[in-house]
Amino acid sequence: MDVLSHEHLVLLFGGLMGLAIMAYVLLDGYDLGVGVLLSRASGHAREEMVNAIAPFWDANETWLVLGAGILLVAFPLAHGIILKELYLPVLVMLVGLILRGTAFELRVKSPPERLEAWNTMFVVGSATAALSQGFMLGQFVVAFRTDLAAVLFACMVAPALVAGYALLGASWLLIKTEGDLQRRAASWAQTSLWLTAAGIAAVSLATPLVSPRILEKWLNLDMAPMMMAVPVLVGIGILWLSRWLARFDPVRDDGRAWLPLALTIGLFLVSGAGLAYSSFPYLVIDQVTLWDAAATDETLRMILLGVVIVLPPIVLYSVFSYRIFGGKTTHLEES
Amino acid sequence: MDGNALDATMLSRIQFAANISFHVIFPTVSIGLAWFLVYIREMADRSGGGVWETSYHFWVKAFALTFAFGVVSGVTMSFQFGTNWPGFMQTVGSVAGPLLAYEVLSAFFLEATFLGIMLWGHNRVSPKLYRLSVWLVAGGTTLSLFWILVLNSWMHTPAGFEIVDGRVIATDWLAIIFNPSMPYRTLHMFLASMLTAAFFVIGVSAYRLLQGHRGEDVLRSLKLGVLMAAVVMPVQIVAGDMHGLNTHEHQPAKIAAMEGVWQTEKGVPLLLFAIPDDKARTNHFEVAIPNLSSLIITHDLNGEIKGLNEFEGAHPPVLPVFWGFRVMVGSGMLMLALSWLSLWYLRRRGEMPRWLLRVLVPCTFIGWVPTLAGWYVTEIGRQPYLVSGVLRTVDAVSQVPATTIAGSLFTYLALYAVLIVIYVATLFYMARTGGGHHGYTASSAAVHPVAA
Repeated sequence: MDVLSHEHLVLLFGGLMGLAIMAYVLLDGYDLGVGVLLSRASGHAREEMVNAIAPFWDANETWLVLGAGILLVAFPLAHGIILKELYLPVLVMLVGLILRGTAFELRVKSPPERLEAWNTMFVVGSATAALSQGFMLGQFVVAFRTDLAAVLFACMVAPALVAGYALLGASWLLIKTEGDLQRRAASWAQTSLWLTAAGIAAVSLATPLVSPRILEKWLNLDMAPMMMAVPVLVGIGILWLSRWLARFDPVRDDGRAWLPLALTIGLFLVSGAGLAYSSFPYLVIDQVTLWDAAATDETLRMILLGVVIVLPPIVLYSVFSYRIFGGKTTHLEES
Repeated sequence: MDGNALDATMLSRIQFAANISFHVIFPTVSIGLAWFLVYIREMADRSGGGVWETSYHFWVKAFALTFAFGVVSGVTMSFQFGTNWPGFMQTVGSVAGPLLAYEVLSAFFLEATFLGIMLWGHNRVSPKLYRLSVWLVAGGTTLSLFWILVLNSWMHTPAGFEIVDGRVIATDWLAIIFNPSMPYRTLHMFLASMLTAAFFVIGVSAYRLLQGHRGEDVLRSLKLGVLMAAVVMPVQIVAGDMHGLNTHEHQPAKIAAMEGVWQTEKGVPLLLFAIPDDKARTNHFEVAIPNLSSLIITHDLNGEIKGLNEFEGAHPPVLPVFWGFRVMVGSGMLMLALSWLSLWYLRRRGEMPRWLLRVLVPCTFIGWVPTLAGWYVTEIGRQPYLVSGVLRTVDAVSQVPATTIAGSLFTYLALYAVLIVIYVATLFYMARTGGGHHGYTASSAAVHPVAA
């Protein structure tokens, strides 16, 4: 691996971290989204919804540890700065994840009369984690400024990300459920789709206002065709998906129930790529680049060795696990 | 170092200690319990179900509950390094980084993914693959214990590195991984986990027997737990002794604090009781047994132990290390006595008297006492260093204001206090009902008609 130059090694780890964070957002995003949507359901529907994420949430959350872990071990300087700036939102997120994770077990293992209390904790925990992650994303875009405009911007991103997670969650439920709940999942997906679209539009309009540097990047002539084509394509996609969801029929369309999730993932990937393009090469915008923050080459090579050996099996057995729990999880049984 | 920075350091230490204490109690149960489940699963598969199967289905639920608490507190843990100790990664990141990365990559995904199969997959995979999943979860938990103890041991007995421009550069990975205290510390912790799990199984089973669950599966769990505790406890004493010899060789100041020795002496007495006084640099109210400390630490009645005065300004606070060590050893002895007494009754009479069962119920979590006390001994015993001889704790702390840290510390403490009560209450509710219920049922709808 010595063939990798310092330049490429750091770039590679930046990419790996981006992928891990994206994997986290998509994977824990759908189960946090289901957690938020739990507030819209009651009775047995809630069991089916929780069953749809039960075998996966723990592994999904592990991607957060990996993403934050790569930031910690590969870019220690940036990790120190970012986590100091995000001290409170990180605390809030962790409290949310603790409430959500423990509620998972408590709702089936404590006296039945407490079930509603744990369900509430499940919803509150999921929503809190999602909101704080959105806030952190907003803070990242404005380089952790704390003036009023910057904080308002972060407060705007927070609900947008919750809507995005709800969209992922509803799309996931569309695949994992059937009948009446599936029909409701389609309607939840449609609502969250429009909320997400509104969120993306608002964030896109506000970003150049709070970050002149990003505006400059967006006005780069070389990128002009992309900058115009992407919003148009995304808009068409959203309109088409909304129509499809409005006409969703659990019997006729079940075979294509994966469609909304695929398109939603596409939407997240495009947004993620846009964010990466806008902020590159910075980890703390305008202050710390990937290369400023990177650990030594020896450290990175040592970690890369582990990644090369272990990441492929992780991907393999994760896919394997999704296959085992493929199909409808209405009848999931605990050991 | 002004007063404010010192406060932030102390608060950061307390917050880290609170987080890791709350975290470690769950894996300490679940790592040992995972190996119990491997054994029970193997027995169930060999006997074609029956009593072992019933036993498995109960303990796997207790495992799931414990594991979930371990996961959420572990995710919190993974953020503590950066939020409060940025100097740690900036100075020793070239060693700590890869070790932490290896833990996440090799252990966390493995245990999390196969736990999903273990908890939800018994109808979806073949018995063989199911059994493999149980093994992989146990292996994953143990692998994470291994990596984190490699890192922790390296912080006590650093090796395989050089310092360039004030930063540690890794030079020899074999020396880093197999650093001098790693084998002893890892073994000591693994056995601590087996013992904690053994008493967990004993206590919950005793409670179930007292509650009238007199099934063969409960009795068998109790016997298995007692046998495990009675056999492992003496092994742990030997392992602890070896760990002590190793600490004496590499961290003499810690040993001096554990034994309350101020002046370098030969034939040092063992202090059963004393109040060490850091200011006066002496002990008050000593109760001692002649020469015993030298015998324990050096395996020689007249062996020499270096006193704290040789390390003035660079040794840990004596009182917590001294008493932490006595609490660890004392509770360990109690566990030894309880396990052997229980074994004696089971061998002699085939069952246990009710009074002993009643004593064992509050001992369900007795393993937490020596585990935490031992961790405080070894971690406080490393002060004032974060990495022995390399990095001082005060030099690693973050610039977050003390008031912010106090706020987050309070939040964590309040949350953890509530969660620990809920965890214990839920476990004993499961013990009473044989594993809790299954979410939404007709009865829960009756209690909350609105929900239906």
